[in-house]
Amino acid sequence: MEIPRPQTGGRFVRRIADRLAGAPENASRVWEGIQLARHQERPYTLDYIARLCTDFEELHGDRLFGDDPALVCGIGRYHDEPVAIIGQQKGRDTHERTYRNFGMPSPEGYRKAMRVMALAERLEIPLVTLIDTPGAFPGAGAEQRGQGSAISHSIRTMSRLRVPTVAVIIGEGSSGGALAIGVADRVLMLENATYSVISPEGAAAILWRDAGKARLAAAAFRPTAANCYRWGVVDAVVPEPKGGAHRDPDEAARLVDGYLTRALRELRALPSGERRRLRAERFRRLGPFREIPPDAAALAAGRGEPTSARSDLPNA
Amino acid sequence: MNRVNVSIDRLRQLAHRAEHRPARIPADERSCPRCESHYSAEEMRRNFRVCPACGHHFPAGAHDRLDQLAGPGGWTELWPGLRAADPLGFYDLKAYSDRAQDAEAQTGLGEAIVCAELEVRGRPAVAAIMDFAFMGGSMGAVVGEKLARACDHAAGRALPLLIVTASGGARMQEGVLALMQMAKSVIALDGLAEAGQPVIVVLAHPTTGGVWASFASLGDVIYAEPGALIAFSGPRVIEQTTREKLAPDFGKAELQLHNGQVDAVVDRREMPERIARVLGILHRPQRQQPPGAPGPVQWAQEGAGRAARAAQSIPGLSRRLVDRIRPGHDGDGS
Ligand SMILES: [Zn+2]
Repeated sequence: MEIPRPQTGGRFVRRIADRLAGAPENASRVWEGIQLARHQERPYTLDYIARLCTDFEELHGDRLFGDDPALVCGIGRYHDEPVAIIGQQKGRDTHERTYRNFGMPSPEGYRKAMRVMALAERLEIPLVTLIDTPGAFPGAGAEQRGQGSAISHSIRTMSRLRVPTVAVIIGEGSSGGALAIGVADRVLMLENATYSVISPEGAAAILWRDAGKARLAAAAFRPTAANCYRWGVVDAVVPEPKGGAHRDPDEAARLVDGYLTRALRELRALPSGERRRLRAERFRRLGPFREIPPDAAALAAGRGEPTSARSDLPNA
Repeated sequence: MNRVNVSIDRLRQLAHRAEHRPARIPADERSCPRCESHYSAEEMRRNFRVCPACGHHFPAGAHDRLDQLAGPGGWTELWPGLRAADPLGFYDLKAYSDRAQDAEAQTGLGEAIVCAELEVRGRPAVAAIMDFAFMGGSMGAVVGEKLARACDHAAGRALPLLIVTASGGARMQEGVLALMQMAKSVIALDGLAEAGQPVIVVLAHPTTGGVWASFASLGDVIYAEPGALIAFSGPRVIEQTTREKLAPDFGKAELQLHNGQVDAVVDRREMPERIARVLGILHRPQRQQPPGAPGPVQWAQEGAGRAARAAQSIPGLSRRLVDRIRPGHDGDGS
């Protein structure tokens, strides 16, 4: 299947989007960033592995059902140390794209990932994940084999690890399909990468009931690295070569390497139990809310007929 | 259910419908979308909002559910003052802050989840109940925080946690911060697991997206209400993205039971009984050891002592071997 690309929005749409996006970046900048995050020539997981590792052995299969080419897992030699690597893999030509299922993992992928997480834990080697997916694969077969529980268990397995873990959002990070391998001690994000609860097309289809309104959705979500950093969702923004990572993949990998080694060095210095505790704290802090006094809450909450109200809002 | 049962049910439905069909529907009556029977609101409430004729499960609000599980007044709400913030300044067809306020005015709920301390048929527990009427039961920072507090509260008081889900998934209006609530809720649940307390999850219609793919699928026991849609990707998303033609029972509780994704499909009217039963099975009196009771170490020694006595009774077995089997301090003399 082809990820639906929206037609270029008219001037009117762009004007509204610009108005909605407000500071600090305007809608067209957000949209340009999304195009860069999805650029055909952008380095993918295997491109980074080839440049970061002196040796890499890919591991296949979940030992339960099958192997998922959309999620690459393996062990590699990184700065003369062993490291476990997990990352979604997209394809460049039609054939590879189909083979990699557009980087949309199936339950087998997440179960393979959990197998490699367990391996890292047992052998006490750090885990690096590379996030690049429009989301977990939506399909009846994936549902039958437990896509939901594969993702939740992957989140749980990763959050429990005692070894150092670093996640790098290298391209597109959308939905639970991305987060399943994103519960790390340090989360890094490339300058032009995106990280969001849903792809702009998906959001447009649901909130605006029109996939063509992706630009508008992108402006509303502002899934940019700068925002994710401001919200505390990522710990550092990794700069890209001028014009984007696809202009110079070697330089892009070199920049990732610098941040990654620093993060791993910091994490190695912590006691192993401490890493798990701090990671749990890190994720528990995310997401602001308000708390009003209990009497005001009691006043506000009249016991109506809650179920007669119908929400027209499906969610991600 | 076999063919005969289905047709008998169908006949009953038709008979019921014929008896109950009024000329015009009075304002306080509802009609069942499946069998078209009509009921008064009071009749619906008494029957846990399940159609008495065909068993269709109507949506139920969080407060209704608490009344069903614990009896009216049998529960105390926890943290009712938590409200959503608007970190993105989000606007789709309407501003998020307005949407949340409207939802509160419409539903009388502060958020899409209500936490409470309660007793289900005499079994104490902490409950976290989602309500689909509040913005599609979507999970934002407040839902994440209330779940986390519920886990801590249950762990601190050594109580089991009972969760009822009814949600379209992560709340889009909170963007990537809503996505983070998946991690937050899973991690919070893990804290409860470490405290040795069970989590019972009841999946109501619908439980999809980021809620199904986080805490909802991590219950120690997972029940589903009949006909509930349980899926990571809803049918509309699948049909739009992959053009796959889906079967009419796609993602339905009964199919998910067949798929091995839930433990049982349980009628809402039987839910309090079922939950109380599980809580009863898993209930543990205080874990303090009475003085002089055999601890685990002594247990192993008893086993070794038994092995040694058995060895002694075998003629011709050397004394040395018996000594090797028998522990030094097993307390039964030498
Ligand atoms: Zn009915």
